[in-house]
Amino acid sequence: MKKALIALLVLFVIGFVSFLTSYVSTHNMGIFNPKGIIAESEMKLIMTAIGLMLIVVIPVFIMLATFAWRYRAGNTKAKYTPDWHENKILEIIWWGVPAVIITILATITWTSSHTLDPFKPLDSSVKPVTVQAVALDWKWLFIYPEQNIASVNLVEFPVGTPVNFQITADAPMNSFWIPQLAGQIYAMAGMDTKLHLMADEKGDYAGMSSNYSGFGFSGMKFTARATTQEEFDQWVKTVRQSPVSLSAEEYAELAKKSRENPVSYYSSVADDLYGDIIMKFMMPADEHMQMKAEESIMSSMSGMEM
Amino acid sequence: MLGNLTTAALPQDHIVVTASIFMALAAAGVIGLITYFKRWKWLWTEWLTSVDHKKIGIMYIILAFVMIVRGFADAVMMRFQQVLSVGDSYGYLPPEHYDQIFTAHGVTMIFFVAMPLLVGLVNVVLPLQIGARDVAYPFLNSLSLWLTVAGAALVNVSLVIGEFAATGWLSYPPLSGIAFSPGVGVDYYIWALQLSGAASLLAGINFFATIIMMRCPGMTLMRMPVFVWTVLGSMALVIITFPIFTASLAMLSLDRMMGMHFFTADFGGNAMMYVNLIWAWGHPEVYILVLPAFGIFSEVVSTFARKRLFGYTTMIWAVMAITFLSFVVWVHHFFTMGAGANVNAFFGIMTMIIAIPTGVKVFNWLFTMFRGRITFASPMLWLVGFIFTFTIGGMTGVLLSVPAADFQLHNSLFLIAHFHNTIIGGVVFGYFAGITYWFPKAFGFKLNERLGKAAFWAWIIGFFVTFVPLYILGLMGMTRRLSHIDAANDWQPLLVVAVIGVLIIAVGVVLQILQFIVSVRDRKHNMDTTGDAWGEGRTLEWSTSSPPPFYNFAVIPTVHGRHAFWDMKHGDESADSRLGRRLKSAPRYEDIHMPKSTGMGFYIGGASFVMGFALVWHIWWLAALGLAAIIVLAMVRSFDYETEYYVPKEEVAKIEAARA
Repeated sequence: MKKALIALLVLFVIGFVSFLTSYVSTHNMGIFNPKGIIAESEMKLIMTAIGLMLIVVIPVFIMLATFAWRYRAGNTKAKYTPDWHENKILEIIWWGVPAVIITILATITWTSSHTLDPFKPLDSSVKPVTVQAVALDWKWLFIYPEQNIASVNLVEFPVGTPVNFQITADAPMNSFWIPQLAGQIYAMAGMDTKLHLMADEKGDYAGMSSNYSGFGFSGMKFTARATTQEEFDQWVKTVRQSPVSLSAEEYAELAKKSRENPVSYYSSVADDLYGDIIMKFMMPADEHMQMKAEESIMSSMSGMEM
Repeated sequence: MLGNLTTAALPQDHIVVTASIFMALAAAGVIGLITYFKRWKWLWTEWLTSVDHKKIGIMYIILAFVMIVRGFADAVMMRFQQVLSVGDSYGYLPPEHYDQIFTAHGVTMIFFVAMPLLVGLVNVVLPLQIGARDVAYPFLNSLSLWLTVAGAALVNVSLVIGEFAATGWLSYPPLSGIAFSPGVGVDYYIWALQLSGAASLLAGINFFATIIMMRCPGMTLMRMPVFVWTVLGSMALVIITFPIFTASLAMLSLDRMMGMHFFTADFGGNAMMYVNLIWAWGHPEVYILVLPAFGIFSEVVSTFARKRLFGYTTMIWAVMAITFLSFVVWVHHFFTMGAGANVNAFFGIMTMIIAIPTGVKVFNWLFTMFRGRITFASPMLWLVGFIFTFTIGGMTGVLLSVPAADFQLHNSLFLIAHFHNTIIGGVVFGYFAGITYWFPKAFGFKLNERLGKAAFWAWIIGFFVTFVPLYILGLMGMTRRLSHIDAANDWQPLLVVAVIGVLIIAVGVVLQILQFIVSVRDRKHNMDTTGDAWGEGRTLEWSTSSPPPFYNFAVIPTVHGRHAFWDMKHGDESADSRLGRRLKSAPRYEDIHMPKSTGMGFYIGGASFVMGFALVWHIWWLAALGLAAIIVLAMVRSFDYETEYYVPKEEVAKIEAARA
């Protein structure tokens, strides 16, 4: 009975492990299949950290198995020292060895926190593309300030070109994440966070909000498309031909709650829309509207004077 | 008259209706049984009004077992929803319902399963271990219990009347603010947790004071059992962090009820402040739960390896180091907020330093096993399972503490797998070990070992089958809290495996329920007549009978070493053994000072429930009434000077003679 159970357990473990192995080898492993310099460095960092920790973890597993087997009550041949409870050298070893490993890992942590700081621009001779990403209930709006266009749930940029994301939310907190290109950063109302990345390879990469933001959260996904420079220029032209432009009114419409939005394009964008989205949280909503109205009167008046 | 409460708050969804009917039937069944056996009076005088720490502990543990059924049902529903809701199919739970379930799962498991298990076990064991007759504040202890029950009741009532929060277990604003969550769900969340938070704080003060003030003669700090030390660390954390928790929730409720702007997106509110505050409580909370589990394992390993615990002094230093460090790591829960490289690196490094004292504890347990004579009773199996599982959880934890790695792992199922790895592998396994280990002390008979061991295997296999797929899915980029999954990712096969895993854990849960039933049925065969149930006890709880008399010790013991009871048993010519012989030969009893039972904790708990419910629905008159009742009851109690009594020594002698 006991032997049959153990055999069954062994078979089960073999089946489980081989299923997982075959699954892992045939699927896109996300952060372990990086297509950009940042995601690749982050993957290497993860591997290094795991490697360092295994120096302690593997001996622990070996000792656990050996001690549990060798010092079982049934094995009366094993040495038994019921009062042995202190050994300075051993204790120094297991305070010391982990301390050394953690010191090494801490050094790596300090350096990598700075080199992989998402706010740090990438070194590159290529002129970067700036994209302003806004998390809305429940879709992503991408504004291209230099091209003066915008898109929903699709962000396109040329391969080998640094992309400077500026990120905010006009919704509850979200997190902006493209696992194959770079780690995530929060998107928060009234805040301006930054993420810098660069794709090494053409392709469509899954992007998403990774921080729960309400009932439509599961559908809050987008495609990050890395293309050649020509394809990107072509895409910008396509977007510019969109019949819709992202005025303040159109934005207010878009910002309303909606789920599973299709990709859509805006041929132009209201002046400094991104700045306005952030600034409107700095004061009550109606005061902000009033200020905007006064501003536009002022600017039209100054126009008259000239 | 009834505030915002209308008939629209009653359940509409057929799943909720079924659950409500089930809950009503279960309650009716319990009430029916008590009435049938005419046990109301007994229940009231022996249990509900009791201030005996052992009985309060048992009631806490019963509460935890009732709530674990709810929390586990939530978990099973979540796993089935994710596996069914792929591509064109949207499963059987709309997001409006699913999102409440994952919130309720987290809240239930942490506040109404893990915390009651912790406080329950500490109640049963700790006064016995330090040779005390009760806790420092027996009435506060009863009040803590009933406030926790009131909080748990609010969570369960939300299932039937209204809704629960759909915001995630920590309810980050602005999502939990009135603008994005206008319903009563977040209010239920706030008031349930305010009650249980207050209860936890009272329990923390109570046990801290008990450990400092109530130790028997001779028990210096460095002679306390390791479990007592870990509880001391844990309760220090409770006292310092629960006020932060209470204050954060209070500010959130002011935002929601009074239109204030602590954490709103506009008017200068700062949601990031809430995230900081809630984790300044939330991270220590993890250690509040796991430290006592470390203590339990330290007792278990020494008993079942039949050997002194290795490195007592380093154990204590490690516990205190973890206690301190757990305060300076909270930012690692949101490296992705963009605080900057220096801040992130500091908190990351502080976090990974915790791995050192934790590793030291693992080595000490291993070297307690080394050259021991290990019997693999079920508590020992939980220990071996714990070391294996928790080490993996610790490794993924250190990985998450590297900020630049965390950017890729945060909010993914990898994170979910990590914290279940530490909470199930550490806290749950630890408390299960503790319950099996001390069950004979509390009830006088052992639990069935066959079923206990079978349950262990189901739990540990089920755990890995459930959570290894989640680790992999996290690496593939699957985020937490998804109610629907794209077919293109082909994640479904792994989700199917996770469902199989959760079903294996369910088998473990069923085996544990069976274990209780069978053990009660066969109790005559598993009696512990010696008081030293495992034959290898070293600490004072094993020196009294199982179950102990209500006053625990007829004569308060005096201890002269770390292994007070071991020395008494093993007849060395030490002071302890002389004491032991003297106790056996000529006991000299004295009058025993004991607290009186009181229903006041129960009444205040009831009034708090009414107040919480009324605040949820904005029934202001009822809330005021509830608050007034609490204040009046507290005043009545404080003017009652007859709260204690003496058991005359003749009666003690009579009880002791009858027990011998």
